[in-house]
Amino acid sequence: MLDRLTEFFFPKQVSTFASDIDNLYFFIFYSSVALFFIVVFGMVYLAVKYRHKKGEELKLTSSKDHSNLLESLFFIIPLILVSITFVWGIRSYLKMVIVPDDAIEIKVTGQSWFWTFDYPDGGTTLNELVVPSNQPIKLVLSSKDVLHSFFIPVMRSKMDALPNRYNVMWFDATQEGVYDIFCTEYCGTGHSQMGAKVIVMKPAQYEEWANELGSDDDSIPLDELGAKLYTKKACNTCHTLDGSSLVGPSYLQTSQMWGQERVFDDGTSTVIDENYIRSSILEPQTQIVAGYQSVMPTYQGLLNDRELDALIAFLKSLNEDSQI
Amino acid sequence: MSENIKQNYLNHPKGLMSWLLTLDHKRIGLMYLVSGILFFFLGGLLALVMRMELAAPGNDFISNDTYNNVYTLHGAIMIFLFIIPAIPGALGNILLPLMVGAKDVAFPRLNLASFYIYSFGALFAMYTIINGGVDTGWTFYTPYSTQSTSNVVPMTLGIFIIGFSSILTGLNFIATVHKMRIPGLTWYKLPLFVWALYGTSLVQITATPVLAITMVLLMLERFLGIGIFDPALGGDPVLYQHFFWFYSHPAVYIMILPAFGIISEIIPVHSRKKIWGYKFIAYSTLSIAFIGFLVWGHHMFTSGQSVFSQIVFSFITYFVGIPTGVKIFSWILTMYKGQVSFTPPMLYALSFLFLFTIGGLTGIFLGAVALDIHLHDTYFVVAHFHYVMQGGTIVAFLGGLHHWWPKSFGVMYNQTIAKICAFGVFLGFNGTFFPQFLLGLRGMPRRYATYSEEFVELHSYSTFWSGILGISIFIAIMNLFWSFIKKNKVDPGSNPWGGMTLEWTHTSSPPHPHNFEEEPVLEHGPYDYDKVIVEKTYK
Repeated sequence: MLDRLTEFFFPKQVSTFASDIDNLYFFIFYSSVALFFIVVFGMVYLAVKYRHKKGEELKLTSSKDHSNLLESLFFIIPLILVSITFVWGIRSYLKMVIVPDDAIEIKVTGQSWFWTFDYPDGGTTLNELVVPSNQPIKLVLSSKDVLHSFFIPVMRSKMDALPNRYNVMWFDATQEGVYDIFCTEYCGTGHSQMGAKVIVMKPAQYEEWANELGSDDDSIPLDELGAKLYTKKACNTCHTLDGSSLVGPSYLQTSQMWGQERVFDDGTSTVIDENYIRSSILEPQTQIVAGYQSVMPTYQGLLNDRELDALIAFLKSLNEDSQI
Repeated sequence: MSENIKQNYLNHPKGLMSWLLTLDHKRIGLMYLVSGILFFFLGGLLALVMRMELAAPGNDFISNDTYNNVYTLHGAIMIFLFIIPAIPGALGNILLPLMVGAKDVAFPRLNLASFYIYSFGALFAMYTIINGGVDTGWTFYTPYSTQSTSNVVPMTLGIFIIGFSSILTGLNFIATVHKMRIPGLTWYKLPLFVWALYGTSLVQITATPVLAITMVLLMLERFLGIGIFDPALGGDPVLYQHFFWFYSHPAVYIMILPAFGIISEIIPVHSRKKIWGYKFIAYSTLSIAFIGFLVWGHHMFTSGQSVFSQIVFSFITYFVGIPTGVKIFSWILTMYKGQVSFTPPMLYALSFLFLFTIGGLTGIFLGAVALDIHLHDTYFVVAHFHYVMQGGTIVAFLGGLHHWWPKSFGVMYNQTIAKICAFGVFLGFNGTFFPQFLLGLRGMPRRYATYSEEFVELHSYSTFWSGILGISIFIAIMNLFWSFIKKNKVDPGSNPWGGMTLEWTHTSSPPHPHNFEEEPVLEHGPYDYDKVIVEKTYK
């Protein structure tokens, strides 16, 4: 019964402290329902019982305006309930802030509008946090620009990412799977799209993944690698593949205009070619396509040369695909 | 007498200038009321635009940028242009001098100045809208607000200016309560609405300067590049949050205390019963106003403040909850052995008790640090503060309008329509905001223009009911103003609910230009339904 209720109210419980927090919720929930029932029942009962009936004369009413017993009860019962809530809230909170010593430390950087993860043994991922299960993970959060907040509903945990200091959160995932991450501190145009995934793997699988991190992708064709990078590097947050414009111009549109002039907001223009795409990715602030805002961050250092080539190849391939 | 009673503040003196330069608190109150309601409609319209966008995932109605502008303006207009200035400004202005038996507020010229300062500030806010909006959220969190290219400066300037109106009104009310009471009207004989306005005014004059300072610092940073909040300049964004919430949490009490006052008037009058626990309600108003200053940190449970601060802020937060809870029980027990009439104001008051209780109880969830970490900045918070601000304050405001409408303007609205609308507001409100608790628990973040598929059902449900809510509020208010046009006048001596406070017993409806033809003599306390029978007279 409680399990089904938990499922109704909450996302899955994946961290070690999730069930504790849900139990705290249910304690407050049942206490509140009881108090709420008393309030509403009392209100309806008194209002109906003492309603002014038709034809009844107006009369002097009772001068009773206090009752020491009732008032003490109204004071003491809620006081007991909130005291339990307070202590429970703090005890669970301490579990959430005291990071176990054997935690793996991953650096999380928020930037408008994607998340970067730096792993202890080198290697970086974008918008995909990969962690082993049954292993404490310590996240050290910061931001490159404005405030962001890192929220993993299934872990019941959340922490702001600030530009001038490091915040810490941790969790220990109990179940393998792929779960949502949301940005919960408003950060502008792409705030609602600043989502990521946490991928919880079996420890052995994680080892394998961590070893391959950075070294894979050499063997697959360029345009296929580009397609992977398109989502992996969060290009899809702002650029669509279907021609509709989001925060930035659609890849399809750019691809279809290959070899044609593109006009920028300062009135200048240039021909769309490999060099233009490369500089748009590495120095996005220098040429802003007319009608768009200068909001794209630089990918300098986030993509190597082969990856740049791959994205360019992928973009070019879109036009060919659409003509078939 | 008969000659004099035809003369009231609405028809004497005549002419546009007599309104624009009026020093009469009732006329100033009416001007606040009209402008407040216009802003309420504007803010409400923006809310419906948001709900339209959120009816389905994706950007099918408006873009991200438009959405961000709309939600920012909705919050800023509702809070700074409607709720904070309009409730004390409208109902407070009209009623406070009448309730204490005074001819006017202590400083009538200052009162008019407050209104014009408010209007001037509102112009800046309107300029913001015409000039393309502002997209920072009503909280103006740095460094986003220092970097945003939208109209942060005109909007914050507008809020800065409106703050002075708030401070001056607070000052005026405090002086009025202290100095303008008729002889014999001691503190414990004051209507509780006066206590509530007094508590509100104390918060207004002590908290608002902090908001003004914060807005000035924000502008200094933008104009002169002085690093205060922006880390790129060596500032600290968390400092901004401390400054902002040091005002904005007490501002919650600026918004809710007048509502408590209204409910404390409506329930005893329409139950014809002495109010339960007068002194407790009076003192808890002041203690809530005071403790409200010490809990701002609960808005920052995920900002990374120290564990010790988290514990202290969580602890103090519960001290606001308990007196508020006892107040709710007091209002309910007031009906015990009374003669309860289900009039439109009473329906709104009962609806307030239901909705505000949910708003208050869900605050307990958010005060528990461990649980707040999960719920912070999700729709749970959105639902919680709408249950407090709309289910609490605005429902009480609507109740207050229906209660004092015949008194203030000498006309009576259609009571059947008013009752239907009160039900409509109640159902529409719950339908709109109750699903949002669930959305929040399931992890839906706030301030999102679009969302993932799993939240569709609850969002579309919420949007459907928001339409019912919007229509009900609109008809309820139109029903009030329609009574002007229809000239459905009440007898100048009428007391339709049988109220016992001075505005009901000692002046005409609408009141005389000088409030009372002669200084009123206090004959009984504000809720002495156990000692005196006041007839209900209408027409």
